[in-house]
Amino acid sequence: MACRENDVLMPGERLMNDADLDAYIDASAVVLGLSIAPEWRAAVRANLAITFRLGAVVAAFELPDEAEPAPVFTA
Amino acid sequence: MPDMAWRSATEIAASVTVGTATARAVVEAALNRIAARDGKLNAFTEVTADRARARAAAIDAEHAAGNPLGPLAGVPFAVKNLFDVEGLPTRAGSAINRERAPATHDAVLITRLERAGAVLVGALNMGEYAYDFTGENGHDGASRNPHDTARMTGGSSGGSGAAVAGGLVPLSLGSDTNGSIRVPASLCGLFGLKPTFGRLPRTGSFPFVSSLDHLGALARTVGDLATAYDAMQGHDAEDPFCAQRLEDPVSDVLDLGISGLRIAQAGGYFRTGLMPEAVHAVRHISDALKVSREVELPAVGRARAAAYLITAAEGAALHLPRLRERAADFDPEVRDRLIAGAMIPAAMMIQAQKFRRWYQQAVLRLFEEVDAIIAPATPCSAPSLGQKTFMLNGEELAVRANLGLFTQPISFIGLPVVAVPVATQVAGPMPIGVQIIAPPWREDIALRIARHLEVTGAAFARRPGAG
Repeated sequence: MACRENDVLMPGERLMNDADLDAYIDASAVVLGLSIAPEWRAAVRANLAITFRLGAVVAAFELPDEAEPAPVFTA
Repeated sequence: MPDMAWRSATEIAASVTVGTATARAVVEAALNRIAARDGKLNAFTEVTADRARARAAAIDAEHAAGNPLGPLAGVPFAVKNLFDVEGLPTRAGSAINRERAPATHDAVLITRLERAGAVLVGALNMGEYAYDFTGENGHDGASRNPHDTARMTGGSSGGSGAAVAGGLVPLSLGSDTNGSIRVPASLCGLFGLKPTFGRLPRTGSFPFVSSLDHLGALARTVGDLATAYDAMQGHDAEDPFCAQRLEDPVSDVLDLGISGLRIAQAGGYFRTGLMPEAVHAVRHISDALKVSREVELPAVGRARAAAYLITAAEGAALHLPRLRERAADFDPEVRDRLIAGAMIPAAMMIQAQKFRRWYQQAVLRLFEEVDAIIAPATPCSAPSLGQKTFMLNGEELAVRANLGLFTQPISFIGLPVVAVPVATQVAGPMPIGVQIIAPPWREDIALRIARHLEVTGAAFARRPGAG
């Protein structure tokens, strides 16, 4: 599949294009109980694309099963 | 009354303590400056004049009775409006929170500063719900940079930067989740302290990202920063993230100098994406400290990405009820990012938290070989108000998200940092800061280095218009 500039490369080498992101937004909005006005959609989609790109960056870093998360964090 | 606009907090406290100035006169002068100049700076959202006058009168009465005064006697200060101030709704930069009931108590840090003699004069403008690096606010308008009011203060503690750099007060409090003290300190030319995560209690402040939120201070001198920091230290059980540690006062060790400290410059990630003024600023501080060593923090780009994810997900979870009920009342710049943050899969978030611990351990190993690391605070000096993008490394990037490129990977693992303002005009007409990063719980090291830079003239909070 050709990668266009706005597509987001997800784990497993799969691409999300704008239509995929919109479908994800629509389904998530139902789950979360959110209403998204049409005029907000482009910005939400752009932010979601950035978020997923960064998520893929973090996901690509291999950690052992034993790696402990730090939700209760002590410096 | 001489113009006290640029006097330090410690100078003010000394004159109130020996009786050459009254707290009432100092506070009245601050209120007059706010009335005269805040129209241009838009730093304050509320001025607590009656309360301040009453507090100042009480300090003068203590002095008249011969009672000892605190180390911040008569010092006017103001707080980012996410701190609870008794009698005010804690707006946290939002329109929605203005409908909250007025706070019934002050935030713990306000109480502690006032116990040391300081006098609260008001609450300060900020980016909505602290999700911001610009200092712009869709409801209250942007806070404006005192060095050029057409430019950003940086955020989200924008009013905290404008109030101190504009000479309205010598001391302000802010919060820093990803850089919100260090970015305005850099763009406004101030010293800013973000202590170790868990050092100062957040009790009585409106949260953003519980696992990343820090509170701290901005000032024009290192001595003021240290005096305020010492007055604010101590455990508070109401903040479950506040560490149960003994206080580590720093004021008495500030002047120990830097002899024996192993200081390195951050390389790799921290050497890219810098505009010329930031390159110059880091070199200037590096030369002043005779730094000859470079260290490379591992996987910094991923650390920033993980901080972004945790921020978006936790911030969205906090605001989800408001996003459901009244999303249209948010600042659009904040709302659209929060909605996207609410949609982050849990596995992505947990991977970010796992990476966080890996990264923390890797960076702590670096501190076995060095005592402090210097790094840029912002990629550039203050952008223009309203500017949406800038060019870094030949790539057009959003200003709002990327002013924190260099602060975000540091607060991500809770390290203490002092942002120092670079004094030389060679960096350009606008100020810019550099981060002095220390190991956990070693604020003393970062402050000692900052003090050395101040004493030697390498770092200096320049008065706007002073050239």
